[in-house]
Amino acid sequence: MRAPETADPAPAAIEVRSLRKAYGEVEAVRGIDLRVARGEVFALLGPNGAGKTTTVEILEGHRQRSGGDASVLGHDPGRNERALRQRVGIVLQQTGVDGYLTVREVVQMVAGYYPHPRDTDEVLALTGLSDQANRRVRKLSGGQKRRVDLAVALAGDPELLFLDEPTTGFDPSARRQAWETVRGLAALGKTVFLTTHFMDEAQALADRLAIIADGRIVATGTPDELIGSGSAATRIRFRLPPSVEAPERFGAHRVASAWELETDTPTQSLHDLTAWSLETATELADLEVTRPSLEDVYLQLTAEEAAE
Amino acid sequence: MNDLALAVRQIGYENRAFWRNPPAAFFTFVFPLLFMVIFNVLFGAEAAAFFTPAIIVFGVVTATYTNLAMTVTIARDDGILKRIRGTPLPGWAYLAGRIGHAVLIAFLLTVIVAAFGALVYAIDVPWSALPAALLVLAVSAAAFSALGLALSGFIPNSDAAPAVVNATVLPVLFISNVFIQMENAPAWLDTVSHLLPVRHFADAMMALYASGADASLPWTELGVIALWGVIGVVAALRFFSWEPRR
Repeated sequence: MRAPETADPAPAAIEVRSLRKAYGEVEAVRGIDLRVARGEVFALLGPNGAGKTTTVEILEGHRQRSGGDASVLGHDPGRNERALRQRVGIVLQQTGVDGYLTVREVVQMVAGYYPHPRDTDEVLALTGLSDQANRRVRKLSGGQKRRVDLAVALAGDPELLFLDEPTTGFDPSARRQAWETVRGLAALGKTVFLTTHFMDEAQALADRLAIIADGRIVATGTPDELIGSGSAATRIRFRLPPSVEAPERFGAHRVASAWELETDTPTQSLHDLTAWSLETATELADLEVTRPSLEDVYLQLTAEEAAE
Repeated sequence: MNDLALAVRQIGYENRAFWRNPPAAFFTFVFPLLFMVIFNVLFGAEAAAFFTPAIIVFGVVTATYTNLAMTVTIARDDGILKRIRGTPLPGWAYLAGRIGHAVLIAFLLTVIVAAFGALVYAIDVPWSALPAALLVLAVSAAAFSALGLALSGFIPNSDAAPAVVNATVLPVLFISNVFIQMENAPAWLDTVSHLLPVRHFADAMMALYASGADASLPWTELGVIALWGVIGVVAALRFFSWEPRR
């Protein structure tokens, strides 16, 4: 594709402009722009049906786009070129392997398709499958099979890894383990493009993320930027003795047995509040200041999109 | 590794996986012998001369057409094909691995049925016709493999695979001189059966078994089978799918 027109000297791993995909009358992806730098962990976050899988499958070469430009490691993914497939690893949402082969055989088989594969024992260790190496895939648990998916994607030592909802269906400890593996990949300098509908996953793993809703990107940035950019405010929460009302000027409202207020100037609000507390000798029990989470921003943004 | 080596290596993995399911492997080979025994009991020992080549045909068609249409559809539904599509392995090399393994099983079945016919029913293996027989077997195995892959493109999902595959293959076997001799069939049915490839495969094998030393190549039969093979390849290229359909 064409060179990036920005001054940014770092070559992009993925660059997408005005990407569109229609299935008949239905537009699943409605003109999105994305740029993923090399070595970055990028998350595409969105609710089910927002267009995440369609987008990632276009970038993987599994689907043809209806419009717009896409470049993956300098290749057009729509051409399904072998030179590109040699540099990319893919974990699809649902895939199978021959259940009668052992874990090691499957990884070795796939490694043989690539010009410079990663050592099989290394791949097994990286995905926590060393102990299962000689077991047949059909005998593994669901979580272990998902790790085989990841091991197969890593077998060719790809520069870029696509993970489509890599932890859906995992129990909490398996999720943490998978996160550690993804962080390990980032440490190896791999570019990772993942989709997820878990806010905490995006927040925990992604250097940058984009929120997709109804086929459009509604926000993009680092997790911190997104939290800061949202109109979701800092929340201050406290309890008062039953007989005491919070003065109206604080804009606080009752939430169950506590009081809550939202503010864009948390230092000032907290200062006013504690000053009043000292003056009137009213204790602010269980005082709590919380920043908006990515979840708040996400729910707000996706709700706005749905309302339009 | 070059692509040809990758294709051969793929046959090895298919083969390894096949033998790790012993009940499936066992009945793949016993099933045709069972038919042979039953037919010989029903129709008398003189029928063995007919049923030995006929069951070879049945075995080859089952091992290639039936087997590939079913297993490839299941692999497609399981996402195995889609995963392969995302790797640098060329699609043809993967399918060559599956076809290669199916053809291997078909040849093994042929040897077993021929040996069973010779040892149990004294139907001599037509050694003098061996080169011609190998050519007929090779062309047929290739043609029925291509037709099997093409058929998978018309099967919506793996649940439908057995019904669709059996509906396409069993009636054809019944009108193709395989299960039942066609000598008393009405002329129109005989004509229909001559339009299809199984009849020509069966007649060619029958002729080679009966020929003795003066075996000549059955060009007409080979031509019709090859033509169906070409139809299979064209249809497979057009309708074969790597993605699950739901």
